[in-house]
Amino acid sequence: MNWELIQESWPVLVGAVPDTLLLAASALIIGFALAVVIALMRLSANKPLWGVAYGYVYIFRSTPLLVQLFLIYYGSGQYRMFLEDIGLWVAFREPWFCAILALTLNTAAYGSEIIRGGVQSVPWGEVEAARAIGMSRSLLFRRIIFPIAMRQALPGYGNEVILMVKATSLASTITILEVTGEAKKIIAATWSPIEIFIIAGAIYLFLNFIVTRGVAMLERRLNPLHETAIKDVSAGADIH
Amino acid sequence: MKKLLTLAAIAAMAFAGAAQAADYKKIKIATEGAYAPWNYKDSSGKLIGFELDLAADLCKRMGIECTVVEQAWDGIIPSLQAGKYDAIVAGMSITDKRKKVITFSRSYAQTPASFVVGKSSKSAGFKTGVDRIDLTTVEAGEKAAIADMVKEFGGKTIGVQTATTHENFLREHLGKNITIRTYDTQENLDLDLQAGRVDAALASMSYWVPLLKTDKGKDMVAVGPGMVGGPFGHGVGAGIRKKDQALADMFSKAIQSAIDDGSVSKLAIKWFGFDASAK
Repeated sequence: MNWELIQESWPVLVGAVPDTLLLAASALIIGFALAVVIALMRLSANKPLWGVAYGYVYIFRSTPLLVQLFLIYYGSGQYRMFLEDIGLWVAFREPWFCAILALTLNTAAYGSEIIRGGVQSVPWGEVEAARAIGMSRSLLFRRIIFPIAMRQALPGYGNEVILMVKATSLASTITILEVTGEAKKIIAATWSPIEIFIIAGAIYLFLNFIVTRGVAMLERRLNPLHETAIKDVSAGADIH
Repeated sequence: MKKLLTLAAIAAMAFAGAAQAADYKKIKIATEGAYAPWNYKDSSGKLIGFELDLAADLCKRMGIECTVVEQAWDGIIPSLQAGKYDAIVAGMSITDKRKKVITFSRSYAQTPASFVVGKSSKSAGFKTGVDRIDLTTVEAGEKAAIADMVKEFGGKTIGVQTATTHENFLREHLGKNITIRTYDTQENLDLDLQAGRVDAALASMSYWVPLLKTDKGKDMVAVGPGMVGGPFGHGVGAGIRKKDQALADMFSKAIQSAIDDGSVSKLAIKWFGFDASAK
């Protein structure tokens, strides 16, 4: 173990954390909005809408993210003329755009399934009750279905956030110098993979520790009743 | 008594020398077999290339029987140390870092580095005052050529394979004026050069010259001066264990004679399409 190298390298790798976070945050925010739309399409009774959403989710969940990334990055390079004609090459020319696009499309596919599960788990009684007091369809969705669905989906979505933080490492394959990219660069120059990958691994571990704690806190805030209910049950168990 | 000791010492040295020379009657040479046109395999799996021809020539000059073995690049220095073979002839640049671990013969090849751009690029006609610069000492001529490069490529994106002498050059001399994008393989860099994601790429002429002749390289053109020395290292030589300095010296002598009589130039022109022999 070369401690000197570790000491020299960790500030460089920590310096790349903002890039990793920017990739993950952009993909997660845009991807979430897209995921809600796709989830609604999949829940809709409209056959073509359902079909498009089904096909989208099927394709993006069943192919490796790395393949999607390469298709978008190197694939767009092959269709440069066409993309220039429609004015999109300015965006596709940039590795950052391609990386965020691939991560976003990917997380939207997974996220939509998590949200769909959340919506389908909303108790029918709640919906009936809302209808009974005369709520409109959109009000019903905003006030009842969406909030309950989100609470149900939260643990699953927390998983997706963790997966995305790790998936940003694939951006290193298209020249982006986020944490893994910087790590690979240092390794190529020093021939010391163990030291450098241990630092990189520790950085991801720390980032995902924060994510895990954040999601747990959000869960507690959104489900205060749920927690007291559990406490009541355990208190009851004590008595018996 | 003192004389006798001296005599004994001389005799011992002569004997040791003879024993060592005898050790080098038969040696094994390692090459990578995956770095065309330096060393690679033909369709039947036979090792061919510039360095295979050169090794055969050098062994004849040294009067040694050589067997060439194949070894993956990442283990090529450790296996030399472990005694699996006695010399590396595999397009290995002589760098100070490698010199800490092994010794080298004198260089047999020196391939200048060059920029390549797309034929439709504005830089396609870029030239500096000189065709070749040696960065071992940076004087007025080299400074002027580098200033020309800064003017030509300032604000642009240049791609380079990561952890190469070429990346070192870009960081050292143009780092402040350009955006450097690093690639894990040369092939990926080529794709981005074709796509126009990088404005220029920097690599060895030994790679560019054969590539530019193929279909893949038909829209690319080499521009600017050929660059050697300084950050580009001290040429390509045979890598040998430190304790076998005598073998390294034998290689150096054979290489020198092959350079002097033009054999290395001839082989280089055959395989690279230009004279990449060391001077």
